[in-house]
Amino acid sequence: MKTEHYRILEKSKITDFLDKLNTISKIAAPVYKGFNNYAFQTIKSAEEVSLKYIPTVIPPKKYFLPTKDSLLEFTVGNELKVEPTVEYENLILFGVHTCDIAGIRCLNMVLSDKPKDTAYLIRKKHITIIGLECNDYCDEFASCAFVGAHLPTTGYDLMFTELEDYFIVHIHSTKGSDIIEKTGLFKPAQTIHMEELKVLREKKSAIFNNEIPTERRYLPDLFDRSFNASIWKELEQKCLSCGNCTAVCPTCYCFDIKENVDLSLQAGERYRVWFSCQLDPFAKVAGGIDFRRERSARQRHRFYRKFRYHIDRYGMVFCTGCGRCSRTCMAGIKLKEVLTSLIRESEAKIWRKWL
Amino acid sequence: MAKVVIKDSPYNLKKAKILDIKPLTEKEKLFKLVFEDKTWLDFEPGQFIMVSLMGIGEIPVSVCSSPLNRHYFEICVRAVGKVTNSLHKLNVGDIIGVRGPYGNGFPIKIIEGHDLLIIAGGLGLAPLRSLILYAIDNRRDFGEIHILFGCKTPGELLFEEEIEEWSKRLDIHFACTVDRADPDWKGNVGLITSLIPGVDLDPANTYAAVVGPPVMYKFVIKELLAKGLPVDQILLSFERHMKCGMGKCGRCQIQNLYCCKDGPVFTFKEIMDMAEAL
Ligand SMILES: Cc1cc2nc3c(=O)[nH]c(=O)nc-3n(C[C@H](O)[C@H](O)[C@H](O)COP(=O)(O)OP(=O)(O)OC[C@H]3O[C@@H](n4cnc5c(N)ncnc54)[C@H](O)[C@@H]3O)c2cc1C
Ligand code: SF4
Ligand code: SF4
Ligand code: FES
Repeated sequence: MKTEHYRILEKSKITDFLDKLNTISKIAAPVYKGFNNYAFQTIKSAEEVSLKYIPTVIPPKKYFLPTKDSLLEFTVGNELKVEPTVEYENLILFGVHTCDIAGIRCLNMVLSDKPKDTAYLIRKKHITIIGLECNDYCDEFASCAFVGAHLPTTGYDLMFTELEDYFIVHIHSTKGSDIIEKTGLFKPAQTIHMEELKVLREKKSAIFNNEIPTERRYLPDLFDRSFNASIWKELEQKCLSCGNCTAVCPTCYCFDIKENVDLSLQAGERYRVWFSCQLDPFAKVAGGIDFRRERSARQRHRFYRKFRYHIDRYGMVFCTGCGRCSRTCMAGIKLKEVLTSLIRESEAKIWRKWL
Repeated sequence: MAKVVIKDSPYNLKKAKILDIKPLTEKEKLFKLVFEDKTWLDFEPGQFIMVSLMGIGEIPVSVCSSPLNRHYFEICVRAVGKVTNSLHKLNVGDIIGVRGPYGNGFPIKIIEGHDLLIIAGGLGLAPLRSLILYAIDNRRDFGEIHILFGCKTPGELLFEEEIEEWSKRLDIHFACTVDRADPDWKGNVGLITSLIPGVDLDPANTYAAVVGPPVMYKFVIKELLAKGLPVDQILLSFERHMKCGMGKCGRCQIQNLYCCKDGPVFTFKEIMDMAEAL
């Protein structure tokens, strides 16, 4: 922690900061929508922003991978003309929790893997990320400490951490330091501030305890032993196959590709839309064959994509512990409970082997 | 919102012109294609391309011509739905969109030097035709070549003229069967599995390439194992729902494998312990 990489913003100046930021670029930030729901949306003034919020219903992935994303525009007519396009804008995301930053890092991993998703990379380049550290749990659904997403690591331009009567701000990129300069409201950090940050992090390590009764490094082993676990069969009875859990997940990115033709039938676009492995047509092939017909197989697939498959492919756990899937599930399926059940069952098996 | 054209988008298409259309059966047509910019489709047998009809959709289709043919490439399409039926309505001279090739194809460099056993069920002959034509073009690099082909009825025989030619060649062992014969049919009747026991194989030195409808695999594999073929010398090509072809959309995933990127060709060894594969 180098003091020169930190700045101080007095709490009383946060509205000034946001309003100034709004004159530099469009800002999206968490806004309260009622019934304990929050949403990332573009703001007109600082008053709209909720600094204390539980994860928004839809994660900020919607700015990187819009629900509907045009891939090509075409005209048919006399000559076929095809143009791949991308729509993007300069946008500052303010107040992104560390779990959602972890989610964006997962998307980066997949979409910059070869062949690169050019549209995603262009859009990403125009987005600035200002993080906001959580000093305490949002609610009981979170499991961010298990995956290590409760602390800022990388993936942001600036990181705001709330202390007594000020924010200490970590500058992680020139994009970030430009904002510090342009808004002109920040003071240099001093040793005392750094010490208070250290105290906070110590306090946090007492609050954020691994929420799952195992360690992250045992995940591959646990999942390798759990393909036929009984919990999957239980989920068969519970899950409604609504696909909400995947829509709200910051690391779910599967999509369908569709097309629109205008009324002249001469021009149109091809676009992708979010899609879910929980839904029926997802994996069906000609002849109506579906290799994951049962809901249990689909739920298992979701969990393996979060906790097993992508560890081999990308070296990362694809769950950020944000808790959204558990918060949104109408059938009351809870990620923490599913993981705990897997652990209990596989422990019981191991014990039986020893006895 | 600003909008820019991204020519290097992986979703960009190349325009391909239809040089010729040949009906093979009631439901299958063979399309001869060439890129408008005169470039060559550089692919391996078993790889597929994404074929686009603008405003209708985009589908994965295997290339079925020889990879050594520099003048054109071919696809064989069965009319089953929206895009495939629309393709069947096109005429010579029409333009379609193509991107690819995608997937891994058959490991020809590994197969070379060994005997090759081709087992094709129905439309599975399309991707295998590319491998057969390659092997014929490089005949001296392969050992014995056996081709087993099965389809439901004599009316569904694909590439009839070529089959005729293959069956006459001295350097190929060819056998064909139909599930249900008609009065004119003089060949074998029965499932494709019934042909396997009769093949004179040197199992340790043979690679089997199997493509067909999903139901076929389990039974064929059982016969091949009974013949003593090693699990890593049985090559299978899988069909899954595919949208991107690049390991992103998630549609084609079999556990940790993306059929479009890690496949569509897998060895039996890779998938034998995998639920959801067969
Ligand atoms: C690697 C690969 C190679 C293939 N090679 C050939 C080939 O050489 N010749 C050939 O005729 N067909 C081939 N197919 C199958 C072909 O892609 C489907 O028949 C085609 O996508 C159906 O599209 P449609 O619009 O006509 O049908 P639709 O009206 O969309 O639907 C008809 C049926 O096809 C299934 N289907 C739709 N889209 C896809 C898709 N993208 N992938 C798989 N299934 C789909 C649907 O679930 C439905 O059951 C191949 C498929 C794969 C995955
Ligand atoms: S699986 Fe659930 S807890 Fe994990 S990142 Fe997705 S929505 Fe959040
Ligand atoms: S949100 Fe719940 S009910 Fe809906 S698909 Fe996901 S697990 Fe099933
Ligand atoms: S087709 Fe999209 S991941 Fe394979």
